[in-house]
Amino acid sequence: MTPFVRFLWPWLALAIVFAGVPQIFSSGSALTMMSVMGEMIIFALSFNMLLGQTGLLSFGHAVYFGLGGFVAIHAMNALIHAKAGVPIVVMPLVGGAAGLAFGLLFGFISTKRAGLVFSMISLGLGELVSSSSFVLRSFFGGEEGITTNRTKLAPFFGHRFGSQIEVYYLVAVWCFLCIAAMYALTRTPFGRMCNAVRENGERVEYVGYSAQTIRFIAFSFASFFAGIAGGLTAINFEIMNSQQLGAQQSALVLLMSYIGGVGYFAGPIVGAIVITFLQISLSDVTDVWQLYLGLLFIGFVLFAPGGIVGWLMLHRDAMLKRGLWGLAPAYAMVAPALAASFIGAVMLIELAERELALARSEGSAMRLFGFAVDAASLAPWSIALILFCGGVGATWLLWPRVTDAWDAVNVRLTARTQAWASPSR
Amino acid sequence: MLEIVIFSTLNGVLYGMLLFMLASGLTLVFSMMGVLNFAHASFYMLGAYFGFEISRHFGFWPGFVLAPLLVGGIGVLVERFGLRRLHRLGHVSELLFTFGLAFVIEEVVQMIWGKLPVDYQTPPSLDFVAFRLFDTTYPAYRMFMLITAVAMFATLLLVLTKTRVGLIIQAALTHPDMVAMLGHDVPRLFMVVFGAGAALAGLAGVIAGPALVTQPSMAALLGPILFVVIVVGGLGSLTGAFVASLLIGIVQTFAVAMNFSLSGLFGPVAPPLLGDLWQVTVAQLAPILPYLLLVTMLIFRPTGLIGKRES
Amino acid sequence: MGVALSLVDLHKSFGPTEIIRGVSLDVAAGERHAIIGPNGAGKSTLFHLISGRLKLTAGEVRLNGARIDGLPPHQICRRGLSRSFQITNIFPRMSVYENLRCAALWSLGHKYAFWAPLDGLRDVSEKADWLMERIGLTARRDVQAGVLTYAEQRALEIGVTIGGGADVLLLDEPTAGMNRAESEQAVALIRQVTEGKTLVMVEHDMDVVFNLADRISVLVYGRIVASGAPSCIRENDAVREAYLGQATGS
Repeated sequence: MTPFVRFLWPWLALAIVFAGVPQIFSSGSALTMMSVMGEMIIFALSFNMLLGQTGLLSFGHAVYFGLGGFVAIHAMNALIHAKAGVPIVVMPLVGGAAGLAFGLLFGFISTKRAGLVFSMISLGLGELVSSSSFVLRSFFGGEEGITTNRTKLAPFFGHRFGSQIEVYYLVAVWCFLCIAAMYALTRTPFGRMCNAVRENGERVEYVGYSAQTIRFIAFSFASFFAGIAGGLTAINFEIMNSQQLGAQQSALVLLMSYIGGVGYFAGPIVGAIVITFLQISLSDVTDVWQLYLGLLFIGFVLFAPGGIVGWLMLHRDAMLKRGLWGLAPAYAMVAPALAASFIGAVMLIELAERELALARSEGSAMRLFGFAVDAASLAPWSIALILFCGGVGATWLLWPRVTDAWDAVNVRLTARTQAWASPSR
Repeated sequence: MLEIVIFSTLNGVLYGMLLFMLASGLTLVFSMMGVLNFAHASFYMLGAYFGFEISRHFGFWPGFVLAPLLVGGIGVLVERFGLRRLHRLGHVSELLFTFGLAFVIEEVVQMIWGKLPVDYQTPPSLDFVAFRLFDTTYPAYRMFMLITAVAMFATLLLVLTKTRVGLIIQAALTHPDMVAMLGHDVPRLFMVVFGAGAALAGLAGVIAGPALVTQPSMAALLGPILFVVIVVGGLGSLTGAFVASLLIGIVQTFAVAMNFSLSGLFGPVAPPLLGDLWQVTVAQLAPILPYLLLVTMLIFRPTGLIGKRES
Repeated sequence: MGVALSLVDLHKSFGPTEIIRGVSLDVAAGERHAIIGPNGAGKSTLFHLISGRLKLTAGEVRLNGARIDGLPPHQICRRGLSRSFQITNIFPRMSVYENLRCAALWSLGHKYAFWAPLDGLRDVSEKADWLMERIGLTARRDVQAGVLTYAEQRALEIGVTIGGGADVLLLDEPTAGMNRAESEQAVALIRQVTEGKTLVMVEHDMDVVFNLADRISVLVYGRIVASGAPSCIRENDAVREAYLGQATGS
């Protein structure tokens, strides 16, 4: 395989997947979900420019996403009103420009400091913008938000983007371009120095670079791409409200990136897809889906700090050292125990939720994993408890087999895992 | 006018004391362990809810005693089984853990008590008027809150400066490794301090619950302000946290009392681009003020009022 | 040949405690100068003052005649002064090769370039390869810096320090923690890479000092009590007193 082919094939595969996926999942709701995934991929990648690549943990990244979306939606309305001939396809760029502008403005203050203080500043700025949005009603639209109608913009080669499939392809193209752009950035001198800042911000100064300048440039880029994601969201949903620049949205993108894996470029992509999927599908099945997301996040922080991609990469390394089969027996033993704990935990949470709702006078009949159960009766509770306690106990007893199997695979692997288990120090 | 000033000062100082009750625990834990506990405001919320639940069945005073202990216990468990595992992975992992914890606690509280505010009432024994000034009354319960806060500080100060444990804690604040090498059980110390910090936050919640609204979003509302307090005061400085708490408490309270707007001062016609801002009263701006203060501070004095420890 | 580094009456206090109490020193271009002294004398503090990590309370630092005190570290570095650290201060999860690339980037003029692929920059890869060769770590090119042996890390530390092509090098206890064999290797490396450059070195190992240094200054309690050729320093009474305490008799 020549270097050129090795470089090209992942991008080709990505393009094919983006283009082909709507042929497989063609329902309206699937298309909407995939459009949201595309937006979240850009958003999460932009977030990881800060955390994974430069070591900056921001609790207020949604500000640039939201402001990008709001500026884009106002611009759309203005263009519709003026009957200007600007097609919708460039609107994400308007969002990006807005994100960049605010990124330059706020970034100048934020990036003076690094580490924990940076995180606190991002939190404060996020709250500042979020609270201001309730005061500036004409720009942010108060509780109802701002709406638009994307079909009223000038057509692009005959397309008015009324249907979801057209919107999907718009998102997909922008998503592909942004992934390529952000990946390219990681391969530049600037990108490498961002990593150096993450590794050792102090030493960077002593090789001639201003860590503050690097942080500022990274912040500006991240805000730019977040703004693009916001613009696409504005186009997709034809509405923006102040929730989208608030703390919850900032927390969401953090969750996505971390669970996907901040140490690898593809991590946030995986995280965005998985979390969007969970968000949309779980909210149909259970009322407490946010609790599950939170527990999932804590689980990853405690047990798999490398995220999904990190976990996969561990196994890839094992595979390269031909040790994968050695892990199989241990995994086979632990898997049922883990599954039992998981099912038991879910049952307990759902049953508890139903019981508590009961205390607030709602019914006690419910569906669990497709079975109709009565939350007030003893049977489901007993089963849940047995599954959970038994599962956790068995996992705890059998876990040493897994660690032994890993030790046998490679000792050096352990050193490498621990070395990058913490995204920044 | 004078009436507003006096009551606003009283309320402002009270709010500031409340903030400091929370900020002090947070600062202690941060100084000693390097962990910024995102879930600190959640412990405050748990204190309020536990206090509410206990007071529903047994009365306010049992809740006043038990709730902080319960929250402290939870704090101990969090440190022992959560944070301790994460020490080796660095401060970011610890921060993210507490961040996830705050999220989960809010969801669990919503699950158990519902999304609407609960009716946590002031105890009948304290439900009278403390004094009357001009035309307005000042409730005794608020005086009680003030007294509790002051008593708490006095106890904290005594423990830190006059007891043996306090001495060890003071040493561990700046040199935990050295303290460990002198033979003290530093992990256990961390656990105790974290638990104590949680208990303090819980106590703040128990007394604040009846006066402020007890609802699932109370942690999310107070949390960011808390972080503003410690950054403005200077990370790791108790004195700074004290000054910043009072400052923000008083400024916000005064702002809420001020009902005038630019339109009130300059007439109803707004100049271009300022449309929204023209109608806005200072009171409506009150929630934003702490963050404005944060940004101003960061531009002119990035290390905070009494900045000491760099993260 | 002029004066490369000039310290003019430096003072540094931390609160009421004065650590550096009036240090003046001229280091000639191309000179190898060692600073020795008992623990707590302020040697590392002095390096921090010169390299911009700490602010002077009073005094001037001149690099090739121009004042550099008060400048941030990255500005000082760009003007041709580079320092190493006593506790290895590299980029732990990057490979040896990546570490050296980062060290060389600025001096090759690439600055904050975000439009060109790094791998395509020939001058950077050549410089990194050359550096790797000089510090003898070519065989460890793709190993993560954090898992290198201690001596290898110290060599990398030196590599990162010289990566920017600085003419004035400050090495802070480069052989700290090394055994005899490793020290000898380190000395050979230092001698090689500081050929034609100005070197100021803090060291505790006297063999290393007398092996490498053209001139030695002795720092005791924030003051230089003696400065001169190695043979003079060896005989100096004040130096003996500082290291060994009061002389018995005489």
